[in-house]
Amino acid sequence: MALDDLYREVILDHYSHPRNKGTMDDPDIKVEGANPLCGDELSIFVRLVHGKITDVKFVGRGCSISQSSASMMTQQIKGKTLDEAKGLVGKFKAMMHGEPASEDELGDLMALQGVRKFPVRIKCATLSWVALEQGVDEFQGSHQKVVAKASTEAE
Amino acid sequence: MIPANVRDNFPILKQKMNGKPLIYLDSAATSQKPKRVIEALVRYYQEYNANVHRGIYRIAEEATQRYEASRAKVAAFINARRPEEVVFTRSTTEAINLVAYAWGRVNIREGDEIVLTEMEHHSNLVPWQLLAAEKRAKLKFIPFDSQGVLQLDEYERLLSERTKLVAFTHQSNVLGTINPVNEMARKAHAAGALVLVDGAQSAPHMPVDVQDLGVDFFALSAHKMCGPTGAGAIWARYEILDAMPPFHGGGEMIMLVQLDKTTYKDPPYKFEAGTPNIADCIVWADAIDYLQGIGMAAIREHEKQLTAYTLSQLSDVPGITIFGSRNLEHRGGVVSFELDGIHPHDVAQVLDQEGIAVRAGHHCAQPLHRRLGVAASTRASFYLYSTEQDVDALVRGLQVVRRVFSPKPAPVSGA
Repeated sequence: MALDDLYREVILDHYSHPRNKGTMDDPDIKVEGANPLCGDELSIFVRLVHGKITDVKFVGRGCSISQSSASMMTQQIKGKTLDEAKGLVGKFKAMMHGEPASEDELGDLMALQGVRKFPVRIKCATLSWVALEQGVDEFQGSHQKVVAKASTEAE
Repeated sequence: MIPANVRDNFPILKQKMNGKPLIYLDSAATSQKPKRVIEALVRYYQEYNANVHRGIYRIAEEATQRYEASRAKVAAFINARRPEEVVFTRSTTEAINLVAYAWGRVNIREGDEIVLTEMEHHSNLVPWQLLAAEKRAKLKFIPFDSQGVLQLDEYERLLSERTKLVAFTHQSNVLGTINPVNEMARKAHAAGALVLVDGAQSAPHMPVDVQDLGVDFFALSAHKMCGPTGAGAIWARYEILDAMPPFHGGGEMIMLVQLDKTTYKDPPYKFEAGTPNIADCIVWADAIDYLQGIGMAAIREHEKQLTAYTLSQLSDVPGITIFGSRNLEHRGGVVSFELDGIHPHDVAQVLDQEGIAVRAGHHCAQPLHRRLGVAASTRASFYLYSTEQDVDALVRGLQVVRRVFSPKPAPVSGA
């Protein structure tokens, strides 16, 4: 297994220069995600206008895989409806669990495919996605601002 | 002195990992096993596999005799007064849980205090949290300073007539700190408290004499000292064990069972319900024979020198922060560090590709890492078979890590 498969350039780029990193005042959705295996934690903040994600931020401490995955996720869900975002979550998780994926749908996220060869790191990649999914589910269930908690253990 | 050919005793060290010679630097997690230990396991299963303390036939007698001989060997290894003071468990964790459950539930009451330290492995923290919650007792924690050394003046302030137990690690699995057990035990006893020491990281690496240490409970496990996994022990003074109620109920621990009540065997059998881990407990004796053939003092000296070498070599790695004390008299063969904000999992992943096995994460010591101000660390830990060449390989590996994660120019595209 080549290390290059895991640490693709786009991953290292998002790790050293994370996009949309920061907090948000009064978000519509806030989720705290944790990976108990390694102690990594991150929070995601989502702002909605007329059912669309107009802004999204994340903060957290973790490895290159979890941080770059979160960074790429924020880029790709901006402008999407919650259902569209959930669709992307499903496609990303499917890819990480071995399903074929298409560049059209996942873009840069395809770079994280290499993580599949390193099974203990898969949950690093899915942490932010599991968190987003939990937050969206709770928001859609309650139709009001939510502060949710998520764990990769529940996956 | 460690024999020059010591590595030949460990078949796994000839293995490759990811196409590179295996550099095993995770002995604090589990040690590798010498050939004679592996062979002894096979011998048990091929030649005298039988349940202990039951069968009236030759191989059952042999299994029983060797199981008890191993108990005596473990007792002698830590200089217990008698073999009956050693109760076999499946791990250090179970050993500590045995004390928390059997001793703790009758001796800890509401308002009592248990003093621990901020450097404990979760196995010497969570059992006490469970007990304290059940009994409405209080946990207090001895802090450590920037050198990873326990602050004994704080410790004295924490002790009072409410203190019923002081429980701490002999050697930290993250910082390598060797705690002053004698002095701490004296102070605890003066306050009227008992003392439990987690010896998982000390018994494999240095001479241990429980009588000289002056403690009441000492927990250890076989797999960190060249023995098999799944075998551990709690040592306690016989009077204490004798006064304790059982841990698990079941076969093997009973004298007479009636439908409404049971009388129990004497220690240690009172605490060994069910068929024990016969094979691994027996073979623990072979591991002890092997270690004693080399000498625990020689092992300690070897690791001390190797730690000194490591501290000096690692100090030259740019961007590294090494945790723990520089005083080698009070530090074992464990070196944890942080590298330039690169996450330990990424460090370990790159090292893995270089054939180097280190531990990355919180090492079952989350409060300790919180206190250090980091979420996780990378840890190299040694044993008698570790060499300066291993450390050199680690230093080279860290250079590869730095290359992979060296900052790239900022991206052109934004959000």
